[in-house]
Amino acid sequence: MNIPGPLSQKPRLAVYKFSSCDGCQLQILELEDELLELAGEIEIAYFLEARRQALPGPYDIGLVEGSISTPAEERLIRQARKDCKVLVSIGACATAGGIQALRNWADIDEYKKRIYPRPEWVATLDVASPIAGYVYIDFELRGCPVNKRQLVEVLSALLAQRRPHLPTYSLCIECKRAGIPCVMVARKTPCLGPITQAGCGAICPKFNRGCYGCFGPAETPNIAALGRFFQEERNVSRPAMVRMLRSFNGYLEPFKTSSDDYEQCIQP
Amino acid sequence: MDKLPLHIVRRPELDRVFGLLRDNGYTLIGPTRRDGVIQYSEIRSLADLPVGYSDRQGPGSYELVKSETPRCFGFVHGADSWKRFLFPPKRRVFGASRQAGPQAPFDIDDLRSPPPAYAFVGVRACEIAAISILDRVIGSELLDPYYRQARDKMFVLAVNCIEPGGTCFCVSMNTGPRVTRSFDLCLTELGEEFGVEIGSERGAALFKQLTSRPATAAEKELFRLLLERASERMGRHLETEGLPEVLRKSVESPRWQAIASRCLACGNCTMVCPTCFCYNVVDSTDLKCRKAERWRYWDSCFTLEFSYLGPTSVRYEISSRYRQWMMHKLAWWHDQFGTSGCVGCGRCITWCPVGIDITAEASGFRETAPPRAVPATPQQAMPS
Repeated sequence: MNIPGPLSQKPRLAVYKFSSCDGCQLQILELEDELLELAGEIEIAYFLEARRQALPGPYDIGLVEGSISTPAEERLIRQARKDCKVLVSIGACATAGGIQALRNWADIDEYKKRIYPRPEWVATLDVASPIAGYVYIDFELRGCPVNKRQLVEVLSALLAQRRPHLPTYSLCIECKRAGIPCVMVARKTPCLGPITQAGCGAICPKFNRGCYGCFGPAETPNIAALGRFFQEERNVSRPAMVRMLRSFNGYLEPFKTSSDDYEQCIQP
Repeated sequence: MDKLPLHIVRRPELDRVFGLLRDNGYTLIGPTRRDGVIQYSEIRSLADLPVGYSDRQGPGSYELVKSETPRCFGFVHGADSWKRFLFPPKRRVFGASRQAGPQAPFDIDDLRSPPPAYAFVGVRACEIAAISILDRVIGSELLDPYYRQARDKMFVLAVNCIEPGGTCFCVSMNTGPRVTRSFDLCLTELGEEFGVEIGSERGAALFKQLTSRPATAAEKELFRLLLERASERMGRHLETEGLPEVLRKSVESPRWQAIASRCLACGNCTMVCPTCFCYNVVDSTDLKCRKAERWRYWDSCFTLEFSYLGPTSVRYEISSRYRQWMMHKLAWWHDQFGTSGCVGCGRCITWCPVGIDITAEASGFRETAPPRAVPATPQQAMPS
C-alpha cells in the first residue's frame, strides 16, 4: 500500500456500497470493542448502513464494498476516487467481483428476462467487476466477509501512517499455527486451503470442513498441482473443480483462468 | 542385555507418576485423541490417553484406528510436536504504550509470563533428538529466554517406540527407535506392564516412590526383541551416507522443477516439522496510536515474505523454496549446526496434503547428481 500523505486532524471516513450483500459493512458495525474508539479517532462522514446523515466529501479514507455492476455504480466509484485520499476495497465483491461475477460466464440478458417482468428497465454492465477494474485502489482487503481483525489492522495502519501487515501466504500456515489437524490428510476432505490466502483464522478446517477459498488465491497458488491431486486421488470431477474455483473469488486471477481451463478440459 | 537396568511397574502406577508430577507443580502434556488425530494437550490421568488406538500413516494420509491390543502408547505421533510448547506458534514479545501524542515518551511492558514447568508424557526418541537440535539452534543462536526456561524446567517421560509408523525413518537418521539420552524416565510397553528406565536424578527420585520390581531375564530379552523388531519395521528409509554432498551437487538439477510441479508451497511440512524454527516478528499499533505490540509467529521458508529482500522475494519459484527447505534440512544444517536438521519422524511426509515424500525425493538426487559439486551458495552463510 502506498502510505498516504498526512490525513486530517480527525480523518473523515466514507463507506461505499456497490453490488454486494452488505456483510462486509456489517463487519465494521460488528467491531463492538473498537467502534467507540474508532468513532473517537475518525469522523464517520458517509456510511449509509450505519447512519442516515451523509456529509459531503472530500474524505480521507474510503472503504469500498461491492462490485461494479451497473453504469450508475461506475459513475459513483469514479467520483469516490476523486473524493477520497485513500481508497481501500473490502471483501470479495470489491476485490474479485464476488459471487455476482458468476454471471460473467452466463448470458445476462437471459437472466434479466427470466427474473424481471420488465428487463429493459434494468441497466447493467456486461460484467460485474472488482473495483480495481475501474479506479486505482490503494489497498485490497480480501474475504467473504472481511475479517474484522484485519479491518482494524488496516485502519490502525492508515491512522499510524504505516503499512498494514496482512499475510498473503496460504491458509495452511494459519491453520497449523492454530493446531488444527489437516483435513486433507486426516479426513481426505478436498480443501482449498493450500491455494487460498490466510486471514480468516481457518474457520472451516476448525470445524472439520475443507476451505472454500473465501479469501481468494494465495501469493503463488499451485492450482494445477492441487487440481491434479483432487482429480486423481480424491475423485473430484472437472465440473466440480470449476465450481470450487468459481465461488466468491472465481473472477479473480489465477482462479479465473484455471476455472476456464478446467471447463475447457485443459490441465492448467 | 542382562545388565540393562530395567524395572517393571504395573500399568496403574502410571497414574501415580502423573499424580506425583502434578504434586511437584508440573503441567502434564501428553497424547490425546482429538478430531480423529493424536494431539498433545493437557492430561490428568491414564484415562486421558488414547488407550487402544493406533495410527496408520502414509504419504498425505493419517488414520487413527481401534487396535486389538489395548496399549497406552500404541501410536506414534500426530502433526503436533513438542515445539508447540517450547517455541509457541504465536507469542507476544513486548508491548509499548504512551499517554499522549507522537512526541510523548512511551513505556515498554515486558510482562513476559514464564513458561509452566511442563512434564511431557510419551516423548519418542525422534522427538528427543528434535529437542536437542532445537537446543543448538534456539538455545544458542536465537537466545530465546522462554525456550531456555521451558527447556530447563521440563520433565521428559519418554516412551520407546515398539511399533513404528508408516512414514517413520528414525533408524536412517540414527535417532531411534530406542530412547538413549535426555530423558527422566522412559517407558516401554511390555504387555500389560511397563518396563521403566531411569535417565536422571529427577527421574530416580520420582521412581523411588513407585511400586516396582526388577525385570526378569525374559522381560529384558522381550525388551530387546521388541526394539530390534521396531528397528526392522521402519516405514521409510533414507540413505544418509554422503547425502549433503549429493544434494550440494544437485543445486541446478531439473528434479527441483519436477517436485515443484507437485508442491503446493503451502508450508505444512515446515509447520509440522519438529525442528523447523523459522519465525517472523510483526508489529502492530492500535487505532489511537497509543499502544503497540510486537508478536512472534512461526514462519515458513515456503512463504514469499520469508525471502523478501529489497523490492521482491528472492525465492519466487516454488522449486527454489522447496530446494531451500530440503537443502537446509539435509545439507546446510550440517554446516550451520553440526547435525542434520531431520530426525526421521516422517511428519512432513504424512502431513503433506499431496504426500510428497522427502525420503523418495532425496534419494532421487542420488541417481541424477552430477559428478562435480556446484560452488557453495550464499545461502550457506545465512542463518536459515
